[in-house]
Amino acid sequence: MGKTLFDKVWDAHVVEEIPGGPHVLYIDKHLVHEVTSPVAFLGLDNRGIKTFRPQNTVATPDHNIPTINQDQPIKDKLSRMQVDKLTENTTRHGITLYGLNHPYQGVVHVIGPELGITQPGMTIVCGDSHTATHGAFGSVAFGIGTSEVEMVLATQCIMQPKPKKMLIRVNGKLGNGVTSKDLILYIISKISASGGTGYFIEYAGDAFTSLSMEGRMTVCNMSIECGARGGLIAPDETTFNYLKGKEFAPKGEEWNKKLTYWKTLYSDKDATFDKVLTFDAADIEPQITYGTNPGMGMGITQKVPVQDDITYKKALDYMKVQAGKSILDTPVDYVFVGSCTNGRIEDLRQFTEAVKGKKKAENVTVWIVPGSKQVEKQAIAEGLDKVLQSAGIALRQPGCSACLAMNDDKVPEGKLAVATSNRNFEGRQGPGSRTMLASPLTAAAVAIAGKIVDPRNFI
Amino acid sequence: MSIDKFVTIKTSCVPLAIENVDTDQIIPARFLKATERKGFGDNLFRDWRYDAANNPIASFPLNNPKYSGKILAGGKNFGSGSSREHAAWAIYDHGFKVVVSSFFADIFKNNALNNGLLPVQVSEKFLQELFIEIEKNPKVEIEVNLEKQIIQITSTGTKETFDINPYKKECMLKGYDDIDYLLNIKDKIEAYEKKVNN
Ligand code: SF4
Repeated sequence: MGKTLFDKVWDAHVVEEIPGGPHVLYIDKHLVHEVTSPVAFLGLDNRGIKTFRPQNTVATPDHNIPTINQDQPIKDKLSRMQVDKLTENTTRHGITLYGLNHPYQGVVHVIGPELGITQPGMTIVCGDSHTATHGAFGSVAFGIGTSEVEMVLATQCIMQPKPKKMLIRVNGKLGNGVTSKDLILYIISKISASGGTGYFIEYAGDAFTSLSMEGRMTVCNMSIECGARGGLIAPDETTFNYLKGKEFAPKGEEWNKKLTYWKTLYSDKDATFDKVLTFDAADIEPQITYGTNPGMGMGITQKVPVQDDITYKKALDYMKVQAGKSILDTPVDYVFVGSCTNGRIEDLRQFTEAVKGKKKAENVTVWIVPGSKQVEKQAIAEGLDKVLQSAGIALRQPGCSACLAMNDDKVPEGKLAVATSNRNFEGRQGPGSRTMLASPLTAAAVAIAGKIVDPRNFI
Repeated sequence: MSIDKFVTIKTSCVPLAIENVDTDQIIPARFLKATERKGFGDNLFRDWRYDAANNPIASFPLNNPKYSGKILAGGKNFGSGSSREHAAWAIYDHGFKVVVSSFFADIFKNNALNNGLLPVQVSEKFLQELFIEIEKNPKVEIEVNLEKQIIQITSTGTKETFDINPYKKECMLKGYDDIDYLLNIKDKIEAYEKKVNN
């Protein structure tokens, strides 16, 4: 019987199968950030052991760092300590660190791909649920907890039951003003915030294969938001062209050897999945979330669904939206473009192009945060910062920023933000903050209008 | 390091009848700045437990003196969101040994098991009955027996068996953790590396 793409990669990394138990899975690349690693390093120290394969791990600080004045010491004491701890731990363990102000620093899921660290057929983990991003390259990539970070540091392996497999096929062409972000928000709204739990998703069909690598990363990134451990897309010419020449991508003979292998990474025709879902790209309009989990999304022109359920009503109350009503024209206080979902150069280009020659609305604060130093550099090289400036918007410095309220970029209590990040949980962007998730294009239209608008009327 | 052995418990239960309790609610990001595994219990459900001026919100079950016990029962899709193990630490640190729900997010479940916190997945029917019984009598006793994989509401006798991976069950009962296991098979791991590098 044929194998799925997921089977091919997973099976090739099984060191041992424990009867009635999980698999011991070998990890090719381990990414580390400052928040979920300190206790893991502490664990190694308590056992008196060193990192087993330090060359397979790369670290960078991203969650805690400010996105202005990065040349100055971090003001918040606890944040500074956590970032310093990462430097100390990685130095002691001989792990490569792209620290603050290093030209390769950035959100961990942005730098892996852009440096060519992420490659097809790999197993990749990080103490961060959005590790799913790297699946865009046809790798098996997923988030782990701190105990597991410790396992990978100590043995380069973790123990995992093999997940079930789901195929999501979307055929057809995305409409004008509809982006990869809308595609994944649409899928999550259809299958709910828990519909993918227990599964690893493979995305197939021309709606995905026609996307750039950036677009594919946005899709795979949010796999976790429907509960799936990860999502992946078979590598193809788009993948290979993206990787070619990247800093840590294979070179010369090694490239040819790898390429031959990568071309075997697809689901065989007779491979079977535990679940198959099919959607039509033509049904998808620009999406926006109205509730407090990413599954509570809808087409931007739709009316908020009516449901008689306490949890549901609590969410609408928190968001101050009304069941049965449209959310168009709702005034917005903040617009955030960035994060591992939409903080790549393509996202910044898309946003900038849409605001070109216009002015941001007076009532909105706009934060544009590149996902990495390299994205920032590229944006400046292309003059995006200048265009943004004329629109009254500043380009900030790279970091997780307002995606989660862990650094200085917090949305104040009660304020409404339209964000290109991935979570709209209560207080995610700051205690009492309200978040509506959307694409960079929708964010641009909202930044100009100062309220929720359909981006298709702006382009 | 290892985890605490799981022994059969008979205790009351704190009800949190809300669905999709995500890890940002269990422990908000701003409390993840510690570099040691200490004190997370204080910030468990911080923004639901305390208002902006740090006053306890009386209506929240954890602040309600009538509820107590070593079991936390939450609505469907408990622990969704981030991979932060701090969520499991915070619940455990607060004194809970078991979390009951009709559905758990994957990473949360793994994290809980790796820390001696037992996730017990029950049917929606059982969960609703549990919430009703607690409403009737907040001190109602619940027994969780991992050996037999049974959860029971003592007063009504309603019980249900729950699933757990046999390997994980063994770990919980004996207090082993995965890292001990992995460190013991280093030679196999090295043999795997040799094989794939050839
Ligand atoms: S950008 Fe947001 S989701 Fe991505 S790693 Fe940072 S905090 Fe997590």
